[in-house]
Amino acid sequence: MAQTITEKIIARHTGKKTVSPGQHLLARVDFMVANDITAPLFINLLSTISAPRLKLKNRIALVPDHFAPNKDIKSAENVKLLRRFSRRFHIKYFFETGRCGIEHCLLPEKGLVLPGELICGADSHTCTYGAVGAVSFGVGSTDIAGALLSGKIWLRVPETIKIVYQGKPKKWVYGKDIILFTLKNLGRTARYRALEFSGETLSHLDMNQRFTICNMAIEAGAKNGIIEPDRITLDYLKNRARRRYKIFKSDPNALYKDIKIYDISNLEPQIALPHSPSNVKSVNEIGKIEVDQVFIGSCTNGWYSDLKTAAEIIKNKKVADSVRLIVGPATPEIYLRCLKDGILETFLNAGAVISPPTCGPCLGGHMGVLASKERAVSTTNRNFIGRMGHPDSEVYLASPAVAAASAIKGRICHPEEVL
Amino acid sequence: MKLKGKIWLFGDDIDTDIIIPARYLNITDPKDLSTHIFEPVRPGISEKMTPGDIILAGENFGCGSSREHAPLAIKAAGISAVIAKSFARIFYRNALNIGMPVIICPALYENAREGDTLMIDIKQGKIRNYRTGGVFTFPRFEDFMLDIINAGGLIPFILKKNLIK
Repeated sequence: MAQTITEKIIARHTGKKTVSPGQHLLARVDFMVANDITAPLFINLLSTISAPRLKLKNRIALVPDHFAPNKDIKSAENVKLLRRFSRRFHIKYFFETGRCGIEHCLLPEKGLVLPGELICGADSHTCTYGAVGAVSFGVGSTDIAGALLSGKIWLRVPETIKIVYQGKPKKWVYGKDIILFTLKNLGRTARYRALEFSGETLSHLDMNQRFTICNMAIEAGAKNGIIEPDRITLDYLKNRARRRYKIFKSDPNALYKDIKIYDISNLEPQIALPHSPSNVKSVNEIGKIEVDQVFIGSCTNGWYSDLKTAAEIIKNKKVADSVRLIVGPATPEIYLRCLKDGILETFLNAGAVISPPTCGPCLGGHMGVLASKERAVSTTNRNFIGRMGHPDSEVYLASPAVAAASAIKGRICHPEEVL
Repeated sequence: MKLKGKIWLFGDDIDTDIIIPARYLNITDPKDLSTHIFEPVRPGISEKMTPGDIILAGENFGCGSSREHAPLAIKAAGISAVIAKSFARIFYRNALNIGMPVIICPALYENAREGDTLMIDIKQGKIRNYRTGGVFTFPRFEDFMLDIINAGGLIPFILKKNLIK
């Protein structure tokens, strides 16, 4: 029976030749991740069991990235819990502040998430790792406890929607614009489903942009986003991969729930208006919208090439007087590279502030919380009510290029306006 | 298993930042978390909830983050079950994993009002609205899901089934 890449990978982890959408199965887990918000819940849960034996202790990353560097005493206690748990159970991959980055950028960078694997994480953006050709999806804290104890997780085999992108993106159009455009078209129709991203357009997108696309699969409600590995994937994994891996590809006659073909050759930079990531328009269509804060960073767009693009736009210019620009390199490695390449200097000269690698601003946690009636352009993934702070604040989601241009103009604009 | 309680009514796309805003995620105690549920749209609602109450919502309830704080806080507020036209998948599994029934029943939503009293028969897959007299059916749970609910959550289920060997 012909299978999609998602079905093949699930079959491999459930000891079956083939699987069908709708089946509920117990699957073997290759790697897991939890952070300082989600890990304390499973650690407390495991503390109710006497002498638990953790089958997957070398297959979990504990990443204190949300409220760290600790923003208050409660957060500090939570990270302390992760640290103690890691010592007690000899957890191999605990990332201490200073060596820690945003989980969904850190794990690929460290070669811990690989093609053909089944990965689950107590964070909804775990779908990011689908960009390397893994089946990777968000779960809850109890799921992590269950998988640590049993080595397995229960799942429902998803139907797959295939997205075929055609055409070469115009200048100033990136993975972020492509996924925002896709979310606008899909609405919630991908709920419980796999999104398989494909087509010639992908050959124009580096891994950073592919991670951005898979990162936002969850915003359409999808279980996972996935891209078949190609030369670009393998080049990225070279000298990174920590384990052997296996490449899977969809059969040509595999069954899909739907196939969507999008020609993106004329796509303009996109923007998601409050309060939904699928409430998307072209930047040119929205008129004059002034902003108070611009954030460039997060697991969606805190990658090296994102910051490089933004810096090229901002170079020798100044952030508007009315705007705070916050830039967050996603990992220490990205931070260091930006430092060496003068990218951080460009931002500082323009009047921006550089944040440590943290999820803080994206979820209104710390390092850039919005006041009432304030408006932000953000390169993050969600613009729900109150997402970045006060319930009366507003978030507009865009690419790093649009964000950088908007920081200079003080209002949302196309990058061409500032060049 | 039968549950009886009165409805708190919500619309579509109630996301996890509405259920429990991220600024409270440094809290891990479910009871403390429960005092902040639905704060951005209905502040103070948890004080008015009584044990056994039921949440009835529209499409895509619980979309957004994977925070298990969302179902934990709802459960700690005394809610016995969440019924919706549809659920976001992580919220759905999180609720089941902590032993809280989550029921998909679009037909019930149409004529229901806040404050209506419902009787839910989990095993039979039936819901009765006492005010309207309407009886609605929902697809029965997979056996393992019923086992998880009856065990009181995923971890008691795993221990009971001895899946840790």
